Amino acid sequence: MPTFGIFRDIRKNKLLYVMLIPVLLYYVVFHYGPMYGAIIAFKDFSPRLGIWGSDWVGFEHFQTFFTGPYFWRTIKNTVLISLYQLVFGFPAPILLALLLNEVKQALFKRTVQTITYMPHFISLVVICGIIKDFTVSDGVVNDVIAFFGGERTTFLLEPSFFRSVYVSTGVWQHIGWGTIIFLAALTGIDQEQYEAAKIDGAGRWKQMTNVTIPGIMPTIIILLILDIGRMMNVGFEKIILLYNPGTYETADVISSYVYRVGLQDFNYSFSSAVGLFNSVINFILLICSNWLSRKFNDTSLW
Amino acid sequence: MLNRTTLSEKSFDWINAIFLLLLMLITVYPLVYVAFASVSDAGSLMSHKGVLWRPLGFSFDAYTNVFRNPMILKGYGNTFFVVLVGLFLNIILTAFGAYALSRKSLAYRKSLLLFIVFTMFFSGGLIPLYLTVKGVGLVDSLWALIIPQAVNTFNLILMKTAFEAIPDALEESAKIDGANDFVILFRIVLPLSMPVIAVMLLYYGVSHWNSWFNAMIFLQDRSLYPLQLVLREVLLQGEASSNLGASDGASAMLTVTLKYATIMVATVPILLVYPFLQKYFVKGALIGAIKG
Repeated sequence: MPTFGIFRDIRKNKLLYVMLIPVLLYYVVFHYGPMYGAIIAFKDFSPRLGIWGSDWVGFEHFQTFFTGPYFWRTIKNTVLISLYQLVFGFPAPILLALLLNEVKQALFKRTVQTITYMPHFISLVVICGIIKDFTVSDGVVNDVIAFFGGERTTFLLEPSFFRSVYVSTGVWQHIGWGTIIFLAALTGIDQEQYEAAKIDGAGRWKQMTNVTIPGIMPTIIILLILDIGRMMNVGFEKIILLYNPGTYETADVISSYVYRVGLQDFNYSFSSAVGLFNSVINFILLICSNWLSRKFNDTSLW
Repeated sequence: MLNRTTLSEKSFDWINAIFLLLLMLITVYPLVYVAFASVSDAGSLMSHKGVLWRPLGFSFDAYTNVFRNPMILKGYGNTFFVVLVGLFLNIILTAFGAYALSRKSLAYRKSLLLFIVFTMFFSGGLIPLYLTVKGVGLVDSLWALIIPQAVNTFNLILMKTAFEAIPDALEESAKIDGANDFVILFRIVLPLSMPVIAVMLLYYGVSHWNSWFNAMIFLQDRSLYPLQLVLREVLLQGEASSNLGASDGASAMLTVTLKYATIMVATVPILLVYPFLQKYFVKGALIGAIKG
C-alpha cells in the first residue's frame, strides 16, 4: 500500500520530514519548476499570458534552430571546445598527481599542492581580466613573444586563437585542483601491492604502470564518465566574459547562444528550445557513457 | 637492498622537481605580476615592457583610490551580505537534507535521493530558471543570489556520506535518552562533522564570493551589484576611468594601477583562507572519491 505506507512513514519520522520539507521545496521550486517551465520551448511564450496560457506551437522553435545559420556553428564550437578540454584538460591532473606521488619530501609536495590549488579559488572575472590584460598586443605574453622574435597578436581578437586561449587557461586554472581526487585515490592503494611488485623486481616505472595506474583506474573512469556527460555543457560564463562579436565564429557555443538569444534579445521560447535540446543531448550522453563503462569496466555511476 | 636508488631514478627525481618548480612559477606568476603592478608607480608601469620582477617605484595611491570608490565599497558590502546569509542558509538546509537522507529509518530515502540527484543530470535551462526566479519575485533583490543557490546537490551528497560514517550506536543511545532528531543533529552529528562543515563553508563561501553571472541576470539595480560584477566593469568592460572616479589627467594614468589594486582587494581574502582549510577539503575529496 504505497499511499498508506507514506503516511505511516511520515508519522514515524515526523521530524525528519520537517527537515526535508524546506529542502524538497527548494528542489521543487528551483529545479523542477524550471523543468516544467521548459515547456515554453513548445509555445510562443508571452509574459502576459504566462507559461500555461501561451499558445502551443509544437516543434516550430526547434525547426527554426535546426535549419538556422547558427545550428552547426554552435554545435561545432561546443563539440570542439569540449573535445580539446577532454584531450588536454582531463589527463593533465592525472599526470600531475602521478608526478606528485613520486615526490618523497612531504614539505615540497605540500607546497606544490597549495600553490597549484590557488588559481581554482580566484574568481572567473579576475581570471578573465588577467587573461585579457596579458594577451593584449602590448601585454606580458606578447612582450615575451616579441623578445624571442615572434610576432605580436591580440589573442582575444583573433578567432583562430580563442579555443587555445580558453582551453590552456582552463588547464592552468584547474590542474592543481583536479589532482586532489586522484591523490586521494592514490592513498587508497594497498601498500602491500608495491612491496609485492618490488619483490618481483619492478622498478619505479613498472610500479607505476602495474600498480599505481590500475589502482586509480576506477576513479579515472568515473570522472571521465562525468566529463563526457557534461560535454555539451561548456562553461559559458568564461565564454561570455572572453568572447566578442569578432570571435563568435569560433567562440559561440550552445549555452552562450542560449544566453544571448534569451536574455539579451528576449527571445524566451526560442532560447528555451535551444537550451532544452542541449539538456537532452547532455542527458543522453551521460546515460550512454555510463552504459559503456558498465559494459567494459564494471565501473559506473549507478 | 630493494630501496637502492639508481642513477636513472635520481635523475628522474631531479627532472620531476624542476618541472614542479616551473609549474609553481607559471601558476603564481600572474598574481605576483598583479601584486607588483598594483603598488608600482603608474607612469613607469605604463612605459614598462616585458616581465615584471619587482614593483616599479612604490605607491599605495591605487589602493587608497580603490577604497574611496563607492561602487567597490558597496560591492564589498553586498558580497559580504550574500556570503554570510547565504552560508547560513546553505549549511542549515544542506545539513537538514543530508541528515534526513542518511537515516535508515526513512522508508523512502532511496526515492527521495533519486528525486534530488536527478537534478544534477537534467535541468530546465537558463530561461526557465530566470522566469522561475522572476516568478517567485526575487528579481532585483540580493535574495536572488541566495535562495536559488540554497542547496548544492554535490555538497548534499558529500555531507550525507560523512553523516553515514558516524556510528549508529551514538544516535541510538541518544534516542534512548529521549533526544529527538533535531537534538541529535545539532548536539551529536554536527559537532562530530566539523571537518565536513569546514569544507562546506569553503565550497559554498568561495562560490558566493566569486559568483557574478546570477547577479548579472537577476539584478538591474546597480546599488545591489556584488563585488565581482563591479570588477567585471573595471576589468573587462573598460569602464575603469569613468566609474572609478578618475576625473583629472593625473588620475587617468592611475587607472592602470587601479585595475591591479582592485584585483588584489577582491582576491586576497580568499587566498588567505583556503590554505588553512586545505587539509579538510582533501579529506572531503576522499569521502567523495571513495563513496561518491
